[in-house]
Amino acid sequence: MEPYELTITEADTLLAEKKLSSDELTRSCLEQIERTEGAVCSFISLDPELALQAAAEADQRRQRGQGGPLCGIPLSIKDLLCTKDRTTTCGSKMLENFAPPYDATVVEKLNADGAVLVGKAAMDEFAMGSTSENCAYKIPANPWNVDCVAGGSSGGSAASVASGQVLGSLGSDTGGSIRQPAALCGIVGMKPTYGRVSRYGLVAFASSLDQIGPLTRDVTDSALMMQAICGYDRRDSTSVERPVEEYRSFLTEGLKGVRVGVPQEYFPEGLDPEVNQVVMNGAEVLKSAGAEIVEVSIPHIDYCVAVYYLIAPAEASSNLARYDGVAYGFRQAGANDLINMYKDTRSQGFGPEVKRRILIGTYALSSGYYDAYYKKASQVRTLILNDFRRAWESCDLLISPVSPTPAWKKGEKVDDPLAMYLSDIFTLSTNLAGLPGISVPGGFSSSGLPIGIQLQGPHFHEGPLLRCGFNLEKGLNLKRHIPSISV
Amino acid sequence: MRITRKEVEHVAHLARLHLASEELDLMTEQLDMILSYVAKLDELDTEGIEPTTHAFSITNAFRDDIVEASLEQKKALANGPDHSDDSFIVPRVI
Repeated sequence: MEPYELTITEADTLLAEKKLSSDELTRSCLEQIERTEGAVCSFISLDPELALQAAAEADQRRQRGQGGPLCGIPLSIKDLLCTKDRTTTCGSKMLENFAPPYDATVVEKLNADGAVLVGKAAMDEFAMGSTSENCAYKIPANPWNVDCVAGGSSGGSAASVASGQVLGSLGSDTGGSIRQPAALCGIVGMKPTYGRVSRYGLVAFASSLDQIGPLTRDVTDSALMMQAICGYDRRDSTSVERPVEEYRSFLTEGLKGVRVGVPQEYFPEGLDPEVNQVVMNGAEVLKSAGAEIVEVSIPHIDYCVAVYYLIAPAEASSNLARYDGVAYGFRQAGANDLINMYKDTRSQGFGPEVKRRILIGTYALSSGYYDAYYKKASQVRTLILNDFRRAWESCDLLISPVSPTPAWKKGEKVDDPLAMYLSDIFTLSTNLAGLPGISVPGGFSSSGLPIGIQLQGPHFHEGPLLRCGFNLEKGLNLKRHIPSISV
Repeated sequence: MRITRKEVEHVAHLARLHLASEELDLMTEQLDMILSYVAKLDELDTEGIEPTTHAFSITNAFRDDIVEASLEQKKALANGPDHSDDSFIVPRVI
């Protein structure tokens, strides 16, 4: 086994025992990037020199007997997390040369832990998309079949972890953007409870829905990265002041006394039969581990797409008003007055999906339409929250599909925005209700593409979700391997 | 039609976007499709339901009123596409 194939936990053990150095591990990842990046296209920017420098420092820390489990571990981070003096593009031409003057809180935390940040991962422009095809720079491929999408919007993060380029990654999830690409690429992706991880330095898309989380090769690594990034931060006014649990202590076998809800609405007629089978098999595995399976109902799931595609664009239209060509980012030259400078800049700087969402959001918030669209959607959001509150009376967590199908071919849905939006049906409600959710590999389709299983739980129940994911992983016992990538 | 070409043009102006003629046609068609879809929310009676703006709400996240260091001017200006030593430069306003 090559070092780049290790999990974070395995690498940590070898690093601690001095059987491996971070320098060797980082070089192994950089070589794998060299071999595969031409086909996988995970990175918008790479910084091998800085990575090797961080690896050398990590080795020194380990020599002194210091450093936690992430010390010396090569990671990628989605290119919407601010990195001090390192370009942060958000996948947009608008921020092509933007070098933030500060680090995001999560980046600060990873640096303090001695993690090796190899590069910035490709993504849909401003995280708007489900396939990462809305990236102005690179379109990541699915490592299991490079003609297929990696998912999105954290597609570069997922592809980099699944292809062996790095051991873990940080992404962001506004409507499924961590869980869905993790599912399509056969890895673990966790979206924490809203407020659990600081959003300071995360370039905002939809502020009431955005949350940062880890993409890793297994559940244990997910717990480990969660430990590193969770916690209160006074620089994020929505950060929740509440102690962080010891997530790894939840990773025990057996689910006696745990009630797993199967929400019938997540298994509609016409659901891909292979997806259905994988999730049902997952429920059986949890049952074998001692869990009780109960039927529950989330009646308003069918309205999630409509609610989300009003609320998220509304918030986005406000958040993205800041890109006006004045204080940072791109400016289109040539206009002779201010309004036209704004218009030229925004028209040239944003791609079509971002413009589409800005238009929907502006319309939904505009005079005369606010009540019919934004307010109505916010009221139905309450009904969705109530559905979950009711569900938690009879179960401890929910099991469901992540994506209605395995990865699809690149280009297949790019001309049909509504079809693309509908593919998010199973992940949106988690964000609308602010819940934690995790996607765990469940199996493969007949064409060899990964299928994920989603677990959702009540606010701040990350620990129990990780325990359930851990048992799922143990019970399924899928052989973990890095796909061979045809360049 | 849920939205007309003229309305899209107006919304684009509010959002400070220029749309070329073909882009305007395509956006009108796509926005119309999306708005027709989201109209399914009208099936639900939401009379008296409080809107949710944050799933996990916190009110008044105040900090103590103590002066702290903030971003220095030079750094704040550094990413501006056009700036002098102490300000951003923009085209004529008046």
